[in-house]
Amino acid sequence: MSANTTHSHLKAVPENYKAPPGIDKLPAYINIEKLSLSYDTQTIFEPLSLPIYQNHINALIGPSGCGKSSLLNTIVRLTDYQNNAKIKGQIHVNNKNVLDDSTDLISLRQNIGMIFQKPMPFPMSIRKNFELPLKEHGVKNKDELEYKIETALKDVGLWDEVSTRLHQSATQLSGGQQQRLCIARILALEPKALLMDEPCSALDPIATKVIEELILNLKGKYTILIVTHNLSQAKRVADYVAFMWYHQGHGKLIEHNYADVIFNSPSNPITTAYVQGLTE
Amino acid sequence: MSPLKRDRYLHLVLKFFACISIVSLFFVIFFLVTESWRIIESTPASKYILDDAWHPTEGEFFLLPMIIGSLLVMIGAMLLSIPVGIFTAILWQFYAPSWFSSILERIVEVLSGIPSVVYGFWGIMIIVPLLGKFQAPGTSLLAGIIVLTLIVLPTITLVANSIFQQVNKLHIQNAIALGLSRFTIICHIIFPQAKRGLLTGVILQAGRAIGETLAVLMVCGNVVQIPGSVFEPVRTLTSNIALEMAYAMDIHRSALFLSGLVLMIVVFMLILMTERMKNRENAL
Repeated sequence: MSANTTHSHLKAVPENYKAPPGIDKLPAYINIEKLSLSYDTQTIFEPLSLPIYQNHINALIGPSGCGKSSLLNTIVRLTDYQNNAKIKGQIHVNNKNVLDDSTDLISLRQNIGMIFQKPMPFPMSIRKNFELPLKEHGVKNKDELEYKIETALKDVGLWDEVSTRLHQSATQLSGGQQQRLCIARILALEPKALLMDEPCSALDPIATKVIEELILNLKGKYTILIVTHNLSQAKRVADYVAFMWYHQGHGKLIEHNYADVIFNSPSNPITTAYVQGLTE
Repeated sequence: MSPLKRDRYLHLVLKFFACISIVSLFFVIFFLVTESWRIIESTPASKYILDDAWHPTEGEFFLLPMIIGSLLVMIGAMLLSIPVGIFTAILWQFYAPSWFSSILERIVEVLSGIPSVVYGFWGIMIIVPLLGKFQAPGTSLLAGIIVLTLIVLPTITLVANSIFQQVNKLHIQNAIALGLSRFTIICHIIFPQAKRGLLTGVILQAGRAIGETLAVLMVCGNVVQIPGSVFEPVRTLTSNIALEMAYAMDIHRSALFLSGLVLMIVVFMLILMTERMKNRENAL
């Protein structure tokens, strides 16, 4: 796409995009307000406002490099560990701005779990993979630990596969099992929200299907924000879809609406082109 | 030249260079054994540990104090430098802001490049008089330990830092996202992965520490005795060779080569120990 056409598309983007009325009235667990992120002089995404609706599946789609993953990292303050990250705006969770210095990061990350692209259980036994974070968050009682591990593994449908080998190394599991283990490890901490950064992109189609079914099962109990490149995946699981695009090297929120609206009658021509697979 | 042929030639060249290091090792061992053979065959081993004194020209070969001296200086320096080096590397890698890390990196790199004789000189001018104020004469086991600590510390810090850098970043990212504290992450995620590398790095430095000669010779006092406290002078095996080689002849000369052989056996045992520890790690 030439620079010229990019520009003409952007003219069509409303300057201060606001979600259509109706959507706004749903309770949002995470409320992103005028948030922008940059490193040194490079802007990752422009100020954007986006509610993440409670107990629904919110998908974030868009081409790679438009700042989707960075947005997720900002919500749980993983950006703290990147030098020179400059963040403006606010992210409200339970009426508190998580970007405040006073935020208790340990409990923030217990409330909002993050699942990464590449499943990465720690190189220790399956049991220890659960015990380490659980003990960190104050669960010391042995029976309670056992109960929580079993419940979490049952929630992700992994219990029958691993119950007899909890003492074995978690790295011996298959990719799909490892990803379910990572999700279970988060669920054991009883979070309110899950951020998933392309959770299926490193998995084969069968494992992807299992994870997608799991995500649908978790709906209603957890607020889910899933980043995906896979449009059909977003179509299959999402209730709400936010579409990000980039121009001049940085990301921008273009449109946010019900999944049906985004995929069938989006209001922005870039969205139309993207969901029809006409761009990129 | 065809790629296959080139590969074969490269293989030969590599083999040749590998042989150089193997042959030189055997050459050194052979040389040490033949040169010290004279004293080995004429003197029973018990004399090295049971004699009264080190008077090699008069047939008294009390090597034990120097073996103990070498081991004490090395162990003391390692006990000080390992925790300081590893904690510095942890600060450097996981806690310090980037501007501080980069200053630290420059400083440690410069420190590791300073020749040991400079550390020895500094030891004589500063450390020895300072210790002398507490307890004369100042030249002592402790002075040796302090100077040797400063010599190995920068390298231990650099090695530890590079090993911490190799820990899988994704594990750390996952651990942070699970709300684990930095302390837990360091103890349970980073250390288990870094343990093996740290062990190798530390043992290599221990070998270097026990082999360090000049700086130790300058500050240790070089009296042949088993020290009763850290304030007493000691002589190490390396100092012994350096001090007497200029005028040693016949069996005396042979005794100095024996000092070298003993030193090599100690280093060899250190390496063997690391291997065993590593294998035990693997078995777990």
